[in-house]
Amino acid sequence: MNVAALFEPLMIALILTNLALLVTSRTGVLIRLIAAQGAILAFAPLFPSSNLPVHLALLCLAVFAIKAVAFPYLLSRTLRRIDADPLIEPYLGANLSAAAGIGGLLFSLWLEHRLPVPPGLFAPLLFPAALTTIFTGLILVVTRKNALTQVIGYLAAENGIFLFGAPLSRQGSVWLELSILLDVFVGVFVMGIAIHHINKTFESIDVDRFCTLRD
Amino acid sequence: MLLLLLLIPLASAALALAIAADTPRRLILTLAAAAHLALTVAAFAAPPAAALGGLLDLDPLGHLFLAATSLLFLAASVYAVGYLRAEGKGQRRDFQEGAAFSNAPERIFTACLLVFLAAMTLVACTRNLGALWVGVEGTTLASAPLIYFHRHRRSLEATWKYLLICSVGIALALLGNILLSVAFYDPAAASTSMNLTDLAARAHVAQAPWLKAAFICILVGYGVKMGLAPMHNWLPDAHSQSPSLVSALLSGALLNCAFLGILRAHQICVLTGLEAFSQELLTIFGLISMATAAAFIVGQGDYKRLLAYSSVEHMGLLALSVGVGGGAVFGGMLHLLGHSLTKGMLFLVSGNILALYRTRSCHDTRGMARAMPITAALWTAGFLAIAGSPPFGLFVSEFSVLSAMIRQGHTAIACATLTSLAVIFVGMSVPVLRMVQGPRPPAVTGEAREDFFAVAPPLALCALVLMLGLYLPESLIVILTRAAGVVVKGL
Repeated sequence: MNVAALFEPLMIALILTNLALLVTSRTGVLIRLIAAQGAILAFAPLFPSSNLPVHLALLCLAVFAIKAVAFPYLLSRTLRRIDADPLIEPYLGANLSAAAGIGGLLFSLWLEHRLPVPPGLFAPLLFPAALTTIFTGLILVVTRKNALTQVIGYLAAENGIFLFGAPLSRQGSVWLELSILLDVFVGVFVMGIAIHHINKTFESIDVDRFCTLRD
Repeated sequence: MLLLLLLIPLASAALALAIAADTPRRLILTLAAAAHLALTVAAFAAPPAAALGGLLDLDPLGHLFLAATSLLFLAASVYAVGYLRAEGKGQRRDFQEGAAFSNAPERIFTACLLVFLAAMTLVACTRNLGALWVGVEGTTLASAPLIYFHRHRRSLEATWKYLLICSVGIALALLGNILLSVAFYDPAAASTSMNLTDLAARAHVAQAPWLKAAFICILVGYGVKMGLAPMHNWLPDAHSQSPSLVSALLSGALLNCAFLGILRAHQICVLTGLEAFSQELLTIFGLISMATAAAFIVGQGDYKRLLAYSSVEHMGLLALSVGVGGGAVFGGMLHLLGHSLTKGMLFLVSGNILALYRTRSCHDTRGMARAMPITAALWTAGFLAIAGSPPFGLFVSEFSVLSAMIRQGHTAIACATLTSLAVIFVGMSVPVLRMVQGPRPPAVTGEAREDFFAVAPPLALCALVLMLGLYLPESLIVILTRAAGVVVKGL
C-alpha cells in the first residue's frame, strides 16, 4: 500500500481542524478538535516509509496517549470543575481569525517553495500543514481572552512543532522525544492547576481581569 | 559525578516532600545546596567524565554557568531558612490590597526549589541541544509554583503570564532545534545527534538558510526567557511578585540558563561560519534591551521592578558582549558572574526591606539607614556594584567590554551603551539613595529582621563581588578565559 497516498488526506484534515479551531466559539468543541489533532499526529512519525521500528511504534503510542487522550481529558476535567462559560469571547472575531489562518496557510505554501527543503525529508503538504498549525496556535494564544483557550492555543502550536519534527524522529533518539512530551504534559498539568486557582481567585478565567501589574 | 550533581537536588526534593517537620526539611535544603556547590568546585580540580552516553558533559562554558548558579543557590537557601521561619503558616493580610491570603505549603515550595536547581544543573551540564531544551522547559515548570508562593491575585497574574509567555517562547526554541536538525539533515545517516561535537563534525554540510532560521527561533525563544527586550514583559511582574529569594534565583541563575541556550546556538553559528549573522542579531537585541531598561528604570516607583529592569539591562549587556565578540567575550563572562552575585544580593536585601516596610514603593520606604543599618549599607553597596562603579567586579567587566568595543572599532555601539549606562546610573541612584536617607516613616513600626540568615548571605555575595573588582585570582582568570574561548571558537 502506498502510505504517501494516505498522508495527504491526513494533512488536509489537520489543516481543516485548524480552521475549525479558529472559528469555533465553544470551549468543549475546541477540546474535541485538539484531541482530533492529537490523533492525526500520532500517525505522523509513520511516514514516509511503512516499515516500523520498535522505538517509532512506542513514540506513536505515547503521542496518541498524551495528545489524543490525556490532554483532552485534563482540559475537559478543568472545564467541568470550574463551571466556566462555555462560550468564549475573542478579541478577534471568527471571520478575522479564519482569514488570519488562511493567510498563514497561503504564506506557508509560498514559503515551502522558497526554502531549499532537503529532498525526501518532508512528505507532501507536511510543511504547510505544520506551519499553519503553529500559526493557528499563536493566533489562539494572542487573540483569546479565556485562559483555557490560551492553553489550547499553546497545544496547537506545540502540535505544529511536533509535526515539523516528525520526519526527523526516525533518526533522532526516542528518549528525547519522550522527555519533550513529558515536559509538555507537565506544563499542561501545571497550567490546569493555575487555571483552577485563577477561577477560584478571580471568579472567572477571563485574562482580561489581569490588569494590576503594569508600568 | 555529573549524575550525582543532578541526583543530589532531585533526591533531596523527594526527601523534602516526604518530611513533615519544618526544621529538618530546611536543613536538607541547605545541605543539598552546600553539597552541590562542593561538587561543582571539586569539578574544577578534576574535570568530570561525560555521563549517560555523552548526554551529560560539562565543558568550561557550562561549568562557569553551573558555578554561578550553585553559588547563588547556596546563598538563597541559607536565606530561605530565616525567611520560611519568619513567614510561618496560616492566613495573613496582603499589604497592598488588604485581602486575606495564605502561602503555598512549605514542603512543596522547598521541593520545587530543589527541582529548579536540578533543571538548571541539567541545562549547564549538557552539550546536547535537545537535553538543554528539556532542562530549560523544566526550569519554567519548577519555578512557576515558586512565584505563586504568596497565594494572592497579583502573584497569580504574574505566574500565569510567566507560564504562558515562557512556554510559548520555549516552544519557539524547540522549533529552532528542529530547524537545526533540518539544516544538518543527512538522508544517509542512521541517526542524528544534537550533540555539539557531532554537529561540529558535520558543520560543512549544514545549510545556511535553515541555520539562520533556526538561530532566529532559538534567539527569540530563549530570549523570552532571558528577558531580552522586547520579549521581557513577563520579567518585571514575576520578579516583583515572587518571594525575594526566588527573585534572586530567577534573576541571577535562571536568566543565565536561557542565555546559555542562546550561546550554544551561537557556537553552532561560529562553527558553520555564520558568526557575523548571529553577532549582528545579538548586538541589536542587546542595544534594544539596554535602551528599554533605561526608559523604564527612570521614574520607576517599585524597587523590585527597578531591580527587574536592571536585569533586562544586564542581559542586554551580556548579549552585546557576545555580539561584539573577540576580547569583549571575556568581559562578558566576568560580567555574567558579577551580575549573578550582585543581583542575587540585591534581591535578598530587598526581601529584608519588604519585611520591615511592607511596601515595594520607593517613595514610602525612607530612613533605612536608621531603621536597618546593615541592610541599608548592603543596599547602597549593591546599588554601586550593579551600576558598575569601582571598586566592584561589574566595573571591571563593563570596562573591559567597553574597551574591547572601542578597540575593535565599534565606537557607535560603545557610545550607545555608555549613554544607557549613564541614564540607568542616574535613574537608579535617585530612588535607592532616597530610600536609605531621611526619617523613618511613623507608620513603620516593628523590628528590622537583621539576623544571621537575613544578613550573612547577601554580605557574603557582596564580599565576592568586591573581590572580583579588587583581585581576580589566577585560577578564576583561567576559568573565564576558557569559557570565553568556547564562545569565540565555537567548541
